[in-house]
Amino acid sequence: MLSRLLSHDLPRSKLLAAILIAIVLGLAFAPFLFPGVKALNVAAKVLIFVVLVAGFDLLLGYTGIVSFAHTMFFGIGAYGVAIASTRMGPSWGALAVGIGGALVLSLLLSLAIGLFSLRVRAIFFAMITLAVAAAFQTLASQLSDFTGGEDGLTFKLPELLSPSFEPFETEVFGVLIDGKIITYYALFVVAVVLVLALLRIVNSPFGRVLQAIRENEFRAEAIGYRVVVYRTLSSVLSALFACAAGAMLAIWLRYNGPDTSLSFEIMMDVLLIVVIGGMGTIYGAVIGSVLFLIAQSYLQDLLRLGSEATAGIPLLPALLSPDRWLLWLGLLFVLSVYYFPTGVVGRLRSRAAAKP
Amino acid sequence: MTTRHIDFKPLLLVPALALLALPLIGSGSTWLTLTVAGLAMGMIIFIIASGLTLVFGLMDVLNFGHGVFIALGAFVATSVLGAMGDYTGSGDIWRNLVAVVPAMIIAMLVAGALGLAFERFIVRPVYGQHLKQILITMGGMIIGEELIKVIWGPQQIPLPLPGGMRGAWLIGDAAVEKYRVVAVIVGAVVFAALAWTLSRTKVGLLIRAGVQDREMVESLGYRIRRLFVGVFVVGSALAGLGGVMWGLYQQNVVPQMGAQVNILIFIVIIIGGLGSTTGALIGALLVGLMANYTGFLAPKVALFSNIALMVAVLLWRPQGVYPVANR
Repeated sequence: MLSRLLSHDLPRSKLLAAILIAIVLGLAFAPFLFPGVKALNVAAKVLIFVVLVAGFDLLLGYTGIVSFAHTMFFGIGAYGVAIASTRMGPSWGALAVGIGGALVLSLLLSLAIGLFSLRVRAIFFAMITLAVAAAFQTLASQLSDFTGGEDGLTFKLPELLSPSFEPFETEVFGVLIDGKIITYYALFVVAVVLVLALLRIVNSPFGRVLQAIRENEFRAEAIGYRVVVYRTLSSVLSALFACAAGAMLAIWLRYNGPDTSLSFEIMMDVLLIVVIGGMGTIYGAVIGSVLFLIAQSYLQDLLRLGSEATAGIPLLPALLSPDRWLLWLGLLFVLSVYYFPTGVVGRLRSRAAAKP
Repeated sequence: MTTRHIDFKPLLLVPALALLALPLIGSGSTWLTLTVAGLAMGMIIFIIASGLTLVFGLMDVLNFGHGVFIALGAFVATSVLGAMGDYTGSGDIWRNLVAVVPAMIIAMLVAGALGLAFERFIVRPVYGQHLKQILITMGGMIIGEELIKVIWGPQQIPLPLPGGMRGAWLIGDAAVEKYRVVAVIVGAVVFAALAWTLSRTKVGLLIRAGVQDREMVESLGYRIRRLFVGVFVVGSALAGLGGVMWGLYQQNVVPQMGAQVNILIFIVIIIGGLGSTTGALIGALLVGLMANYTGFLAPKVALFSNIALMVAVLLWRPQGVYPVANR
């Protein structure tokens, strides 16, 4: 049963299995285990990033295509919910219209980019998507009548999902259940379903063709698979998952702006998570997201301590300033590409496989 | 590959675009101003893009971190020009050049030195692996950008034009800014020097041969790896020079400028055909003109216009106007 649910793609390492179970349990009971607003925010962001990154891994890890336009679809999803909810008022209809519209737009846009540029080599595609994503970001901040410009949009959601909704008179296991926690569980269910769907996709015959294309495009074409078609499908699917993740983000924050969902830093984060977790493994996205978001949320505090401790020494405080945390992430990124090419999951799996 | 005549059709694109814009803009003097501005911007972009396209053509490495050399060059120039206030403040262009020329040379040296380190530590371990190249050079760019913020601070720094280069000449009703003419001259000099090196010297012969068929050149006994490091360093130094010019063009510099310019450069070398210097020149001029015309006609779609241009060119010639790499 479990094996079928995971599409027979089991962790294949006891340690990896234990970590994954701990993560799933931790996320499932996060509101009860880790009290406080910040912790719940981190947990919700983990759920959103798991979907975003696993979708990206379908493209990068399984098909071997580098796209820099993934945050564009993330942004489309978030703007879809934000714009529909602002225009139509807080209702389920607005949510459905927003998400549906965003999914259709993502589908058409990714299809257009894919058909236009996937005929050329991976390196071309990366450049073209970078340009398109930059143009889209400019567009989003310039169409201020529609997107709220740089300020973004703050909006309300249906009552069930708003923080003031409190269905129970008393606390449940010491936690007051409100709309925020209901939203969290809605995201949790969506994230689980989407990740299982992705596992299903990559372990289907379709997923195997993608891997074949990644390994040797020429041979895949020679066997008779239309490489362009498969690449385009992979890119469209990946865009749809990113769009869904964007909608989740907007629902959680009840706000969206260009920096929240479209900035290039998010693209960098996604790349880093994929590389750290392990390319070509959906589980890598889960582990990478947890590690990265915890580090991101607490690394700045650590750097602040380091910066204060080295206050007398020249240059070091500037290097350790909390504002320079991207420097350390960049360094970590380069070093992981160098020394850690298969990521956490790859490492754990090869260790388990090496044991007799 | 067999014919020797020059393919002239792409060369006509630049005047065609300029002529097409004339009736849309209407006023001849405005058109002249915009055209000179576009050519100047194009020349600066060409200086930056030439190194990148050669590195790609020669070694099949696309450096996503190329932008960091641009930013570095520009920031070095702020320090050098800032220290020579006596010379930059003067209205005499010869006194200005005493400050600007050393600033350019130092920027090129620093950017070239960083290029050497970048090739050694970032690019060398990932030859032949496109996926990793894209990822790791991107990481290198993030690190470089953050280090610039550590040294010069994260804020925008003004880079005012030297006194003698400010202002404009009036030709009829058209105002032609002096600095733009300077930029066109510098760009033309760089293009001429590159074209001469590539077509008339032995090093150029080896580079061209290496772009066509690397293994053959190696088997003839030339160390193409060393040649490549040289091209990489020169390309980085040119990006540094381009950074100084771009910074003076914008009159201010920000640490993120490398990433911003990177996008324009990618469009340019895709249009031009990866690996082609002449293609990069045509692409850069087209992008420069397009940016200035649409910036005047419809400011909101300026960035899209370049992407539309790229799409149009790729529909006509999917490998760029002058495809070089035959792999």
